[in-house]
Order: sequence, then C-alpha cells, then structure tokens
Amino acid sequence: MLHSLRQLLRHRALVQSLVARELKARYRGSTLGLLWSFINPLLLLSIYTFVFTTVMPGARSAGIEPFSLFLFCGLLPWTWFSSSLLESSNSLIAGGNLIRKVLFPAEVLPIVTVFAGLVHFCLGLPILAAFFVYYRVQVPLTDLAWFPVIVVEQLLLTLGFALMISALTVHFRDLRDLLANVLTLAFFLTPIIYPLSQAPAWARPFLNLNPFTTLAVSYQEVLAIPGPFVGWPRLLIFGVVSVLVFAIGYFVFDRLRDTLAEEV
Amino acid sequence: MNAIEVRDVRKTYRRYGRRKSFGTLKSAILTGRVARDLKDADAFEALKGVSFEVPAGKTFGLVGRNGSGKSTMLKLIAGIGRPTSGEVKVHGRVSALIELGAGFHPEISGRDNVFINGMMLGLSKREVADRFDEIVAFAELDDFIDEPVKTYSSGMYMRLGFSVAINVDPDVLLVDEVLAVGDESFTHKCLDKFADFRRRGRTVLLVTHSLDMVTRFCDDALWLDHGVVRAQGDPRRVIDAYLLDVAAAENKALARNPAVSVSSSPEQPNDMMKAVEGRWGSREAEIVSVEFVRHNGVAAHVFESGEPLAIRMRVRAHQPLSDFVFGVALFSAEGVCCYGTNTDIEGAEPHEFTGDAEVGFVIDSLCLVAGTYSVDVAVHRRNGVPYDYHRSLYTIRVTSKLNETGIVRPPHRWTFSSSIRISGL
Repeated sequence: MLHSLRQLLRHRALVQSLVARELKARYRGSTLGLLWSFINPLLLLSIYTFVFTTVMPGARSAGIEPFSLFLFCGLLPWTWFSSSLLESSNSLIAGGNLIRKVLFPAEVLPIVTVFAGLVHFCLGLPILAAFFVYYRVQVPLTDLAWFPVIVVEQLLLTLGFALMISALTVHFRDLRDLLANVLTLAFFLTPIIYPLSQAPAWARPFLNLNPFTTLAVSYQEVLAIPGPFVGWPRLLIFGVVSVLVFAIGYFVFDRLRDTLAEEV
Repeated sequence: MNAIEVRDVRKTYRRYGRRKSFGTLKSAILTGRVARDLKDADAFEALKGVSFEVPAGKTFGLVGRNGSGKSTMLKLIAGIGRPTSGEVKVHGRVSALIELGAGFHPEISGRDNVFINGMMLGLSKREVADRFDEIVAFAELDDFIDEPVKTYSSGMYMRLGFSVAINVDPDVLLVDEVLAVGDESFTHKCLDKFADFRRRGRTVLLVTHSLDMVTRFCDDALWLDHGVVRAQGDPRRVIDAYLLDVAAAENKALARNPAVSVSSSPEQPNDMMKAVEGRWGSREAEIVSVEFVRHNGVAAHVFESGEPLAIRMRVRAHQPLSDFVFGVALFSAEGVCCYGTNTDIEGAEPHEFTGDAEVGFVIDSLCLVAGTYSVDVAVHRRNGVPYDYHRSLYTIRVTSKLNETGIVRPPHRWTFSSSIRISGL
C-alpha cells in the first residue's frame, strides 16, 4: 500500500492535468463557462434562503444572523463533499476503457473528481467573501487560520470515501443508487440548514457520529458565528479520523485494484 | 537477456450470467480477489499454462484464432490484470497499442489530449512537450491539433492515438491488431516505425491475424489455441502449422452440410437459375450421397488450387431407366457459374441405369483461384426434367499460396526473352 501511495505521488502531474481537463471540458460549449461555478452555489443558496425566510420562516432558528451566511458556510462544503462522492461512484465505470485497455493507475479517476470538486469549492469562496463584505462581518485572523485546516481534513475524508465507494461500486453497482439516498439523508442529519444547538438534546450524540458534522460545525463557528473558535480540540481529533478514513479508503481500493480491470 | 518472460501462466475468468460475485462485502475487501475455489462451471480458463520467452530486440508474433487467449496474454504482459497463477516478467518500459486513443476526451483539443494521453502512458509532462511536434507530425494532424477531438474523423482519432503510444518510445512495444487504422500510406509509416524500433534493438510483440505480416516481420512466432501453446519457433513453420489446422477445422465445418439433411422441396422452382439452394425432382432416380475426394482418396472439403478433385456420387435408380443424364456445375461465392456440364452436353448416349451405382466426375487439376465454391449435382431426363436435382447443397473451399484474382486459373507459364532477367517463377 505504501508502494502504491508513492506511485500516486508520481502521478501528481497527471491528476493536475486531468482536473484541468475536467474543468475545461465541463463548461465547454456553455455560454457562461466557468461563471457557472459561481452561479451554481449562488442559486442554491438563494433557493434555501427563499425557503427559510419566505416560505417557512418559522422553521428557521432564531438568533442566527445573517442566516444566509450561516447557510452558505455549510452548503458550500457539503456540495463539494456530496458531488465528489456521487461522481466518484461512477468514475471507474465511466473510465472503464482506460482501466481495461491501458496500464493506468485507476485511483487517479476518483481522486480527480474530488480535486475537481475542490476547485469548484474554491471558486465559491469569493462569493463567501462578498457576503462578509456585504454584511460587514469581521472574522478574526486567528479564526481564519483554522480554515485551511478544515479544508484539508475535509479533503482527506472525501478522498477516503471516494476511493472506497468507487472501487466497491464496480463490484456492487447498487451502491450508486443507494448512495444518492444516503447522501440526501446525511444532508438533513448534518447541521447545515439548522445549527447543532437547535437539535434536540437526545439527538445530538447521533448527529455527532456523522463525520460531516464536525466539519460543518467548524466551518460555521469559524466563519459565521461571532466569537473565538472554541471547537478546535474537536477539530484536531477529527484530523485523526480523517487520516484514518483516507487510509482505510485507500486500503480498500488497493485490495480491489486487481479485480477492477475484469469487473469494470 | 529476455525482454519478456512468461512462465506457466494461467488466467481464469469468471463466467457472467450465473455470476456470483464476491460472497460478501467483507470477503471482497479482505481477500481482494475472487475466491480461488471456483467451480468448473463458473470458471473460464483463457490461458492454461502458457510459457514462452521473448529475447530483447526480437520481433515476436502471436497468432491464433479468435478466443484463443492472445489478447488476454497481451494484457497480462502489459500489466493490465494479473495472472491467476504463474509469472509474467517484463524488463523495461512497456507501451501497449491495445486500444488507441483510450482516454481521449472528446470535448477538449487534440493538443490537451496528447499531453494527458502521454502522461497516462507514463511520460512526464516535459517528455510529452519534447516529443509533441513529432507526435503531431507523425499523426499528420498539424492543422487540426487545436480542434476538439470530437470533430476528428475516426482515422484522425486513431492516428493520433497511435502516434502518442508509439512516441512513448518503450523498450517493449505490444501491438494488438491496430495496424488496420489508417489508410495505406499511414500503414506504411507504421511499418517503417516498427522497422526503426527493431533497428534500435527494441522488442516488439505483435498480435495479428495478418499472417503475412508475421512471416515478413517477425523473428519468432507463437501459436496459441484455446489457451495453450500449439507451436513456437520459426514464423514460416508456425504459420504453416496454424493454416493446416484452420483448413482441417473448415473441413469439419463444411462437412456438416450433407444433402440428406436438407428437406426435399417437392416443387421444381419456376426459374431454375434463381433457385438458391434446395433439392427437387421426381425421384425415379436419386443421388444418395456426394463426396469430394482428394488425390489420396480421402474425402475433404478444402482443396489446393491445381490439385486433383473427384466428385463421387452414389446414385440409385428405383426403376430401370434408359433416359438419364448426369450433370455437375460449380458456382463461385458470388453465384457466377464457373463451369457446368453434363453427360448429354458431352455427347453421351444413355442405355441403362438400374439399382445402386456410382458416378465419378474427376478433375485432374482444379483450375480455380482461392475462394469458396458451391456445387450443383443432378440426374435428369434428356429434356431437362429432373429426377433429382441438388442445388448448391455442397460447398468446397479452394486455397492457394498465390493471391490471384478472378475465378479460373488456366494452366499457364511465363516466357521472357533473354534481355529480361527474372527469377522465382
């Protein structure tokens, strides 16, 4: 496995080019092109804001202001997470020709989907920044310093899941359909459209089991909720978890590697 | 020094349909492979213990029928998939021309695709950049390299794929039946490139159905048949053995078409020349069986052009006949009548035909070019009313070492005056 990981480092440049290709190809032919990376999260945010401020204002918890900023802190990373997983579940099957006909490091495919998601995530950040300016929210630099840490942990977590899911889906194709529903459920079980404090006390331990909860809460505490970031010990512990998930994901992928060419 | 060493390699595939994948998710992850104790019915052995070596710098040909395991072998050597048991060792960088342009993305430009494809095949970005001009020039795509690949014709697509793969400049090049990609001139360029490879001491493994190419280019050949090595060594010898076996198999397949198996259609068709195949006639006399016999007296369906052929008919008259004609005709695969004759045309006067008898039609030298021919045989009255007419019920194959065109090969020789010096005829 360590050998495979070293190999992977050698394929950095390939991953880089493939991510660039992914982004280039994705918007080729559309009029707005890369602008969609800005517009998509903005539209999503508008919809949720509309629902919670106009359609059912009562559902929204009091005291979280500005609400749309709070929403955005959870939605943006979640979009990265869920779309990466959904795409990676299909990545090996879609790239079947490569795996069957070319000596090609298969893990590159799910990894590329995760990194392409990261790029979209980063393209959404200027919008977030615009919100800060608009609402005149000041984030202390000490809090902001935690932001990259959260991103790296999310990256590792997503990579681990993506590797695992992509390889398993080749063998158990039902996972694809299952995954979409599990992700929808997970979305509501993560404090994204509501703060963790609003969840009933009995449910909180369960919500905390959800790996994405720590990430979402950290994003919110660092960016949207005033006051110093107090959740950092939890975030550090979660760092270990994310490394573990990555290691397990890679291990699973590595074990199934030889079967991929036949099963894809 | 061997470039490729293959030792007792077996490869077992699972059969789909009754597919029982991994028993459980757990076993899938922990073992990472198919449970070894597959039942026979679930397993398909593509390779059953294949061993061979390819010395560095040699060009090696791999031949065999479809499904003989050639491509599986190639993939194992390329490192795509691992043998179920046994060992494959390759020394040096491998490039496999198995599927050209695999991984091209249709939406982006040829230029970007060259870079990504090259990196997929193991080059660094810089190496691709160094070879970029050469790749584009070889693919003859200078004017189109910045267009998206989806606008390419299939020939352009393949040429670009080939060009990238060959410019990886591997120590071992694996080629699977890909030379059919371009027009004549591109094929020649590819062959020149192979020749160049050989000169520089690189190893080439060629999987092809073009036996001609094997004899022309390869130093050594291997014949795989149903996953086992049938012959290995001098290409000429291996190819000959392979061709003999193919002929034998064809013989067997053609023999499965006896007249009796065709249900007799009682009605004579209105237009005899339009009838495709069948059997009709009043049956006062019958053709019971038809055999094609080689010079050594053995029945066969494949004949070498120029060798003798005898058509042997067992016939039976259900009542004594005095009005009868035997006829034979040969048709090419396109339905052109190559030759037809009967005893009446040739001036014979029938006297008596009773009970069981045998009729032979002996051709001393089969003057037909290579191809498949169907045969009509008939016994009928002198006015043409048939007793028993067999239309295209029999097929023979004529093979030839030469590649002449047309239908008939008249006995001939060339003559030259003394100012022309020529040999080999």
